[in-house]
Amino acid sequence: MLSNIGIGLLVLVLILSFLTIYYASSDLKISNQSIKKSIYKLSLFQTTFIILSFFALIIGFINSDFSLINVYENSHTAKPFFYKIAGTWGSHEGSLLLWVNILVIFSYLFLVFNHNHNKKFRLYTLIFQNILIVGFLFFLLLNSNPFNSIYPIPSEGLGLNPILQDPALAIHPPLLYIGFVGCSIYFSAAMGSLLSDYGGKLFALSIKTWVKISWCFQTLGIIVGSIWAYYELGWGGFWFWDPVENASLLPWFAITALMHSLIVLEKRNILYSWVIILCLLTFILSVMGTFLVRSGILNSVHTFANDPSRGIYILSFLSLMIFSALIIFFKNQKKEKYNFNLKSKETFILANNWFMAFFLVTVLIGMLYPIFLDVLTNIKISVGPPFFNIVIIPLVVPFMFLMAIGPKFGWIKSQNKIFYKILFLILGAIVVNLFILYFFGKYSLMSNLIFIAAIFLILYSFLDIKKIINNKNKTELPRIISHLGFGLLVFFIGINHQFSLEEDFNLKVGETKVTNNFNINFEDIKIKENKNYKAVIGNFKLTNLKNNLVQYLNPEIRIYSNPETLTYEAAIKTKITSDLYLTMSNVSRSAYYNIKFQKKPFMIWIWISALMISLGGFIQLIFRKNEN
Amino acid sequence: MKINKIFCIIYFLFLVPLHSNDNKTELSEIYKNLRCLVCQGQSIADSNSDFAATLKLVVQDQINEGKNKDEIYGFLISKYGEWIVYRPTVNKGTILLWSLPYLIFIAGGFIIFVIIRKSKKSKAN
Amino acid sequence: MKISILKVIIFSFIIFSLSIFWLGLKINNNYDTKSLIGSQISNFQLTEINNDEQYISREDLRKNKYTLINFFASWCAPCRTEHKYLLSLSNKNKEIKIVGINFKDKKINANNFLKELGNPYGFVGEDADGKTSILFGIYGIPESILLNNELIVIKKIIGPIDQIQHDEILRLTQ
Repeated sequence: MLSNIGIGLLVLVLILSFLTIYYASSDLKISNQSIKKSIYKLSLFQTTFIILSFFALIIGFINSDFSLINVYENSHTAKPFFYKIAGTWGSHEGSLLLWVNILVIFSYLFLVFNHNHNKKFRLYTLIFQNILIVGFLFFLLLNSNPFNSIYPIPSEGLGLNPILQDPALAIHPPLLYIGFVGCSIYFSAAMGSLLSDYGGKLFALSIKTWVKISWCFQTLGIIVGSIWAYYELGWGGFWFWDPVENASLLPWFAITALMHSLIVLEKRNILYSWVIILCLLTFILSVMGTFLVRSGILNSVHTFANDPSRGIYILSFLSLMIFSALIIFFKNQKKEKYNFNLKSKETFILANNWFMAFFLVTVLIGMLYPIFLDVLTNIKISVGPPFFNIVIIPLVVPFMFLMAIGPKFGWIKSQNKIFYKILFLILGAIVVNLFILYFFGKYSLMSNLIFIAAIFLILYSFLDIKKIINNKNKTELPRIISHLGFGLLVFFIGINHQFSLEEDFNLKVGETKVTNNFNINFEDIKIKENKNYKAVIGNFKLTNLKNNLVQYLNPEIRIYSNPETLTYEAAIKTKITSDLYLTMSNVSRSAYYNIKFQKKPFMIWIWISALMISLGGFIQLIFRKNEN
Repeated sequence: MKINKIFCIIYFLFLVPLHSNDNKTELSEIYKNLRCLVCQGQSIADSNSDFAATLKLVVQDQINEGKNKDEIYGFLISKYGEWIVYRPTVNKGTILLWSLPYLIFIAGGFIIFVIIRKSKKSKAN
Repeated sequence: MKISILKVIIFSFIIFSLSIFWLGLKINNNYDTKSLIGSQISNFQLTEINNDEQYISREDLRKNKYTLINFFASWCAPCRTEHKYLLSLSNKNKEIKIVGINFKDKKINANNFLKELGNPYGFVGEDADGKTSILFGIYGIPESILLNNELIVIKKIIGPIDQIQHDEILRLTQ
């Protein structure tokens, strides 16, 4: 029953999308200034039905309606209520339904909130967005349908994977999709802008809010994913340059570049072609990322039961998108006048784009090179964290200097007073760096430069904040918070990397490991029977040799029976100054346990500074909405 | 400008004797660079698998024998292929990988330079 | 739309990349250590599982026309299924000497395993910590390596030997 309702709703939305394309195309020919009311109604119905279909799936999960294959495969009657709901978007099919929801909702909102913009532009945007919707709906209905039914109806579901029952992991996909999929609307808007010749400042104003929304949520989604990985995956790291992580980072670089370029387009009416390219590129990167991650092309030793038809469909859709974007861009591109003032803000924003393009290209090459090499020469290589760190980090140094200085320049030539301020702050940064070097330990030249650049950015931001407090002009505050967050993030990651302690050793119950800084005593093992798992809890007594402070850490090995899985729960003690991190796993066929112990200074500040970056964006979004 | 230059020179002179290895142990760095072949995207430092445990023992033995990290990587690559190290070795297959990002960066800088020069010209007109 | 060199380059590059993606979907993603084939095995030394005084090293294998080194353990389920093919090989072609390497196992369990399923091995070496197996590029068991008398690897089998591989080994060692 639910299956029929769901599929019925989806088919309705599909029909409405076709109708929208048809009516919008005919309304294009009418030369008045306002869009036909019927088109608004079509959009509203479309939005209502797609949201209803999403609720239908949620209800299926809440009721544990195993007549739906998707619910059967991903849920279980014993699953906690909150995670049942989260199961809706946790699977491939469910997440695609969420994609389509966001495509439709953004389509409607863009239509409604941009009523003071050019009619042709809005209609073209609507048409292209609906073409995207049609494409995804076909994929959904024909290949990855969350409402496919199964008969006879199973009595119990399969999906009780404990790793997936985590709050951060539950909200991570919706946050990320608002970013990933939200950029579809300015892809369509770019196409619309090219076809209706609606460019310049007005175009920038029409998409500005949407770019910011997708940026804020993409940033937040990536951060939440990292936090989850740190707390739940048990390796003590938060970023591994893994293909799935990189796939979310690529659009982020493009959106950040776009967000900055929009400022130039709005204020000075230049960089239009580049902004269009970025708008088109961002959603293309999102779809390409989806392709790489879901098709099974990026794989390790295990080949999973990945459906090759998925990959073929997404690849075809991606190809269509890229070619139509290219053709429309080249057909409608106009020659632009170059009108740059050298020592002004726009040059610095151009520099920002230059660096963002570099970061994007590096991550892209790192991700794709193994595939290309394998297909062309049959040699398999791995490209992992060392590659990305070595290539990217050196350029973060000048990047941070530019981040601090750039915003201070005006739109027209700026005074030289700034120069002495810069000099003074560089000296200050060098002094702080020498202080850290002297008191806490040596590190490489590159690390020195990173610290200096980060401290420079931080100090500069603090001075800016002081200026705001003095003259009570709050317009710059969001930008300062984000830039300060970035500087702090690099600084704390640097400290964390340099001064972390890591030990990896094997221990039997009752033994003690002595390191330079800690005594780790494996006191005992307790077995605890929980509702759906058995926990082997280790009791570790840690003595800090420097100050004789004693703490207890209790890592766990959890043995689940349904399905049979093993997870390792890290024991993490978070303090303002550092985190203590301990994981324990048993060495097969031996009485030994493998222990990984880490002391990570200022770990929580990494999260705080990362959240600051997105906070700046959210503040600007919420408090300056009336600017239009 | 001159004061800035002098200061930079002094600073770098100062820095040279302080330039040294990072705090991390070499062992940890090697573990992080070796891929666990039976895992879904993890290094042997992060993995709890049997293979990772065995490989760690082998690496420890080789360190005790006095081998440096390049020799260890070379040994493991001869047994398992290039796939096992996360830092790609520089050879004719990977030269593009390592050089393209910077080449593109320089190309980007060149394009910007050209744009700014063109705008100076059009402003002079 | 004017046709310019830049546009041609961009279109060609996109077509090239999309084709690579397409081909990438088709290729086999299973990782195997075929890089070892054609190379000579390293020197190693293993003690016999039941006799600490007896050992085997690389040079001992030169006297065999062909050596099949099989990595197994009593706790490994696929090792049980492949065992009959090992017995068949030891019977069908006397030129192949089969050496067993008992991987991360207990002597008593290994002996029971062989007593129960039969012993195709001319020599059973013990590799209790698994380190010697690394010398052969092993990452999971069962795995088997076929060598000629110059100690060059002719074939590497990852996973249990099945009928097809059994026949292939016979064919290679005629």
